[in-house]
Amino acid sequence: MTISLPSFHNGEPIPLTSVPCLPVREFRAKIISAVREGSTLTALFGAPAENGRIQLLSVLADSVTGSLSALRAEVNEAYPCLTVECPQAHWFEREIAEQWKVEPQGHPWLKPIRFHAPYRSPAAARAPLPGVTDFFAVSGDEVHEVAVGPVHAGIIEPGHFRFQCHGERVFHLEISLGYQHRGIESALVGGPGKRTIHEIETLSGDASIGHATAYCEAVEGLSGAALPARAQVLRGIALELERLANHTGDLGALAGDVGYLPTAAYCGRIRGDFLNLTAAICGSRFGRGLIRPGGVLFDVDTQLAAELTHRLDTALKDVGDAVRLMWDTPSVQARFQDTGAITSRTCETLGLVGPAARACGVERDIRQDFPSGVFRFAQIPISKWDTGDVFARAWVRWLEMQRSGVFVREQLASLPQGPTRATVGPLMPAHLIVSLTEGWRGEISHVAITDNSGRFARYKVIDPSFRNWMGLAIAMRNEQISDFPLCNKSFNLSYCGHDL
Amino acid sequence: MTSLLITRLRQGKRTLPFPDAEPNLPERFRGLPIIDQSRCPSGCEACVDACPTDAIANNGPLAIDLGRCLFCPECSNACPDGAIQFGRQYRLATTDRTDLVVEAGQPLKLARRLAGDIHRILGRSLKLRQVSAGGCNGCEADVNVLNTVVFDLGRFGIQFVASPRHADGLLITGPVTRNMCAALEKTYQAVPDPKIVIAVGACAIAGGPFRDHPEVLNGANSILPVNLFIPGCPPHPVTILDGLLRLLGKINDAERTSAVARGSG
Repeated sequence: MTISLPSFHNGEPIPLTSVPCLPVREFRAKIISAVREGSTLTALFGAPAENGRIQLLSVLADSVTGSLSALRAEVNEAYPCLTVECPQAHWFEREIAEQWKVEPQGHPWLKPIRFHAPYRSPAAARAPLPGVTDFFAVSGDEVHEVAVGPVHAGIIEPGHFRFQCHGERVFHLEISLGYQHRGIESALVGGPGKRTIHEIETLSGDASIGHATAYCEAVEGLSGAALPARAQVLRGIALELERLANHTGDLGALAGDVGYLPTAAYCGRIRGDFLNLTAAICGSRFGRGLIRPGGVLFDVDTQLAAELTHRLDTALKDVGDAVRLMWDTPSVQARFQDTGAITSRTCETLGLVGPAARACGVERDIRQDFPSGVFRFAQIPISKWDTGDVFARAWVRWLEMQRSGVFVREQLASLPQGPTRATVGPLMPAHLIVSLTEGWRGEISHVAITDNSGRFARYKVIDPSFRNWMGLAIAMRNEQISDFPLCNKSFNLSYCGHDL
Repeated sequence: MTSLLITRLRQGKRTLPFPDAEPNLPERFRGLPIIDQSRCPSGCEACVDACPTDAIANNGPLAIDLGRCLFCPECSNACPDGAIQFGRQYRLATTDRTDLVVEAGQPLKLARRLAGDIHRILGRSLKLRQVSAGGCNGCEADVNVLNTVVFDLGRFGIQFVASPRHADGLLITGPVTRNMCAALEKTYQAVPDPKIVIAVGACAIAGGPFRDHPEVLNGANSILPVNLFIPGCPPHPVTILDGLLRLLGKINDAERTSAVARGSG
């Protein structure tokens, strides 16, 4: 029996009834074969079904056709896991087990990812203690274990890292998170409410623009609101400024981690110059308050556009000078090259996203593959490199920055006329929407499902970090433990974006 | 080597002259809200209804709790009469939690210098351990930026250190998640006495956008005594720096005022 899955686009609402509910066997087979044929597992999560059972929902993305498809299956206590045949499902299935007490049977490493009480009958279960779980262990002569965190040495979010080492060499790294869990997904159910956009903006606070854009496009799609062209362009500008600021910070921090202070010092300052451009638009360095359903709350007039362009040019020139020093310094390159390398095959198997994937030579960028907003009209070429190491992850950031700079300058010079905000009406009841945005860390995926009264029955957030933490663990294999800070910074993943 | 020197010259000296000169804040910066209750029509609750964190109370004088305030434009946009507008005052840190509740026409009571003994011990060299307990990396990023050449925190004798054992206090961000509660308490216990606690951002003061989620504890002072509250979401780096310097008695408004008076004379 062949069932054709509904095909839809990023930001396009579909009635929930059009998502086929398959027997688990076919649900699994469809996902496994689609991923083998090159689709990405964009989402796999649980949601309550009407009869007390749990429905598993999956979204598959085909970057060749730029289309998405969705399917679901109903389960009760358990189902045969996907992870063994489709490793991209690894983290998703651990999440399903933790949130809904549904066991993916045969999962090779089933343990909590956030350490909270399950959503299904939470009162009956006690929340597990964070970090108290089984860890993969290596035994043998001179093998030792190094445990770091949750409180680290720097000004950084908390997480626990467990290394199995032989001397300096890391056999295996296991990453245990959940310390930042603030219960955002539970709080979003029943929304949108007046606090929703603020929880989204602070979901991963250095990617406020990315997440707010994904959320607002979901709401706009579900309400049928048409986003004015001027608002689309201003959102695009803000998204690329966010990328410029964070990439600059990362390049500086990478230089700092190998002790190359000129680039570190300059980039630390220039990152602020980019943040201040966002603040010039909306008053907040992180873009808080700029993006709202229906458009943007702040406009950029001709005078401000000219000022932004001038300051952008200065900052781009400064950062170019600062990072050129680093590329030209052999002692820096010796530390970057061949450190923490991942092959393109591993990258595709794990389903990595963002600069980490593009640094493995994998062409994956929502702005190209599933564009929304201004990116349907103004294309930014994909930046990639193929060595998969720390150098590649740094270099891809630099390539992206140059292209973001060109984009922002062009858009500021040709801002379309018209309003910056449209009215957003009630959301369509019993619909599903998938909203994808290429944040600076990679693919931000939001999946919203509305109930019969047009409220969120389920709001699933998948931060790029959720997909990439495993990549960092694999990148550390056979590396020196002293290179961990460098590898970690080359991914620079979000703890709170993962923990939600 | 030549390019290194040329770049060094071109990058120039970038340290802000703060606190000797006022910082250059963006035009649309949202600082201390300015409340003009005379503009409020009776029975209007537009700002109260719009506030995502219930920071505004309108029973008696209109009051905003800066500890809960996200400094978002929601209330000022909702007000049809311009009774609430965000001003440019960036100095916002207080010593007492209750001082963060500002009423129409009342000045904000800014943070005081640490009391006697503790100021004598920590006043000239303050080492802090930062703990993010559910922070979104907004506050963390704008605390971290104080270490850059722009703010050059070290020149004030303040430094972030790697171990709580080396620290004189904690600087906490985030609403304090249940999953970070034990780690935060242990870190606090590891700091030798006398010690201080600084809460940075709406989350660490009152839970921020996550207030009353069952997974969080609504801020640092739910489990630890806090000596300095720095509001914002996140606070501007200058707001944080101003708070730290007030705590150490390195910004004294009386002195500043007289310095200005001397300058103009």
